[in-house]
Amino acid sequence: MNQGAAAKVGKIAKGGSRPAMRFLRLALPSISLALVVLGIAWLNPRAMSYLGLNLMLNLGIPTALATIAQMFVITVNDLDLSIGTFVSFVGCVVATWLRDAPILGVAVLLGGIAVYALIGAVIHLRNVPSIVVTLGMLFVWQGLAILVLPKPGGKPPAWLHDLMNFHVPYVPFPIVAAIIIAVLVHVGLMRTSYGAILRGSGGNPNAIGRAGWSLLKTKVVMFALAGLFGVISGLALIGLTTSADANIGKGYTLLSIAGVILGGGEFVGGRVSPIGAVIGALTLTLAGSLLNFMRISPDWQVGAQGGILIIVLAARAMINQTDRRAR
Amino acid sequence: MKFSRALNIFAKPWIWSYLGAFVVWLAAIVFTRGYGAGGMITAALALAVFSVIAGVAQMFVITLGPGNVDLSLPANIGLASAVAMKMMNGSDSLIAVGFLAALASGMSVGIFNYLLIWLLRIPPIISTLSASFLIQSAGISYGRGLQIKPPPGYAAFTSAQIGGIPYLAIGTVIFTIGVGVILHRTIYGRSVLAIGQNPRAAWLAGVAVERVRFATYVLSGALGGICGSLLAGYFRGSSLEIGDEYLLASIAVVVIGGTSVSGGKANVPGLWGGALFLVLLLTMLNTFGVSAGIRFVVTGLVIIGVIIAAGGQRRGN
Repeated sequence: MNQGAAAKVGKIAKGGSRPAMRFLRLALPSISLALVVLGIAWLNPRAMSYLGLNLMLNLGIPTALATIAQMFVITVNDLDLSIGTFVSFVGCVVATWLRDAPILGVAVLLGGIAVYALIGAVIHLRNVPSIVVTLGMLFVWQGLAILVLPKPGGKPPAWLHDLMNFHVPYVPFPIVAAIIIAVLVHVGLMRTSYGAILRGSGGNPNAIGRAGWSLLKTKVVMFALAGLFGVISGLALIGLTTSADANIGKGYTLLSIAGVILGGGEFVGGRVSPIGAVIGALTLTLAGSLLNFMRISPDWQVGAQGGILIIVLAARAMINQTDRRAR
Repeated sequence: MKFSRALNIFAKPWIWSYLGAFVVWLAAIVFTRGYGAGGMITAALALAVFSVIAGVAQMFVITLGPGNVDLSLPANIGLASAVAMKMMNGSDSLIAVGFLAALASGMSVGIFNYLLIWLLRIPPIISTLSASFLIQSAGISYGRGLQIKPPPGYAAFTSAQIGGIPYLAIGTVIFTIGVGVILHRTIYGRSVLAIGQNPRAAWLAGVAVERVRFATYVLSGALGGICGSLLAGYFRGSSLEIGDEYLLASIAVVVIGGTSVSGGKANVPGLWGGALFLVLLLTMLNTFGVSAGIRFVVTGLVIIGVIIAAGGQRRGN
């Protein structure tokens, strides 16, 4: 991709940076989440209860899952503009077929993951820009969602509803779920040897290719994983909202990209952080609540998300610059 | 060999978009047995204008090279349409004021985009994305409850036609010819192409890279503003969603028209072919009476088909 940026990433990675700066950069997502939580706690201490956190963080789970899906794609230097409408499509299938004809429902959802894998293969084999292919897929999923569920409605299968409304004692369920997601993906992608290959195929595809690994396979695996997490995101979303409509996941495309970047992911070079991505998604989810408590009009909901993104990116740019100057 | 030379015109990437447009138009009028053939073209030209303007904006940005894309166009168009309607306030005497205000709004968006790219050193995709969040909110907040009709003169102008050809389409054709000249014959245009081919080589050759990028993002913003104010006139009022379809449309028109997505190669005539193809494709599907769902699926598949057929020009790194 961008050669200048790639070179810069390489330089930072090679030269290493001062531990303090590296720590700051790593801690940035957690600091921003902590600030948003503190803001809410200060404005409305009662929101920090078991019930309050449950309510505020509920919808953070599907967002976090969609963000993880996006992260897989970004790891291999691609971008998925279709994840939002894919989640909508999954939601429509879950609220109709999965309930009424479970076998058909499962088959269609698996088919969705297969399509994702196929897209990964096409992007690699034809060397076409992911942004255009997934833009096309955005329309395909949107159309399919409308075909499955022309009018808002449907109902999740009973087991899914029960699962998403599961109450853990003492700790709100969304927090438990977020930790499970973050740890699972972190171990899989950051701590296994094939995870390193997968990240490497984004960081230095040539090296991974020469070392004998199939770049086609890594691309397909990453896109299939994105599809899988898109499906889980749709499942979680419908379990929470109890009905679907064809536009239900639309906002996830932009939110998921923002979440990955907020969580410390780089746009090129396979540098991503699953834990950061989950934290980023939760931060964006809580931003809405914070705004509410500040009595700022909901008009500025998306604006606040953009603002947080810009502030965090600015902070990161500043850290990087001080780091570079110090060396 | 002679045969291949005769086929040379088919090697031009943009010819396919015109052929595609012609084929879908033919399919539509065969279906209606010739009824409404001319009307279809008039309507297609009128709607294609907006895709072409947004497409020119996106083409300049995309030509700057990999990673350059303006995701803030839809939000920009939505905000500009509201600004134009509010400033015109339904009065013919304020048309120029409203138009200039929309232009200024668009240019500010472009300047803001570039500032983010430059100050934060982040890829343009991310900065235009963050900017679009803010612009969306600004648009929602500014345009709340806004239901101002465009001035009658302005509304009439945006849909006026002569011999079945909308004035706007004629104006936009002239504009795109100008764009072609700018792109291939001016220092600015050639700098854009050079940066897209190799930013470092362009810089070594003395191209003011940052200045050209600044100008390009401002240009893209300005065109978004113009597009928004024209749309508000054509559709008799502004709305925030008015620009929504122009993210896909602008990128699709650029790709179908034969501009290289990896930058450095732009194609102006292809924009019209791509825009007419997309609009006529929808017209054809509408005359066939297919449902909205199928229309979406077919549009998406066509875009994927075109990009797969065109293939990637060069390896990513």
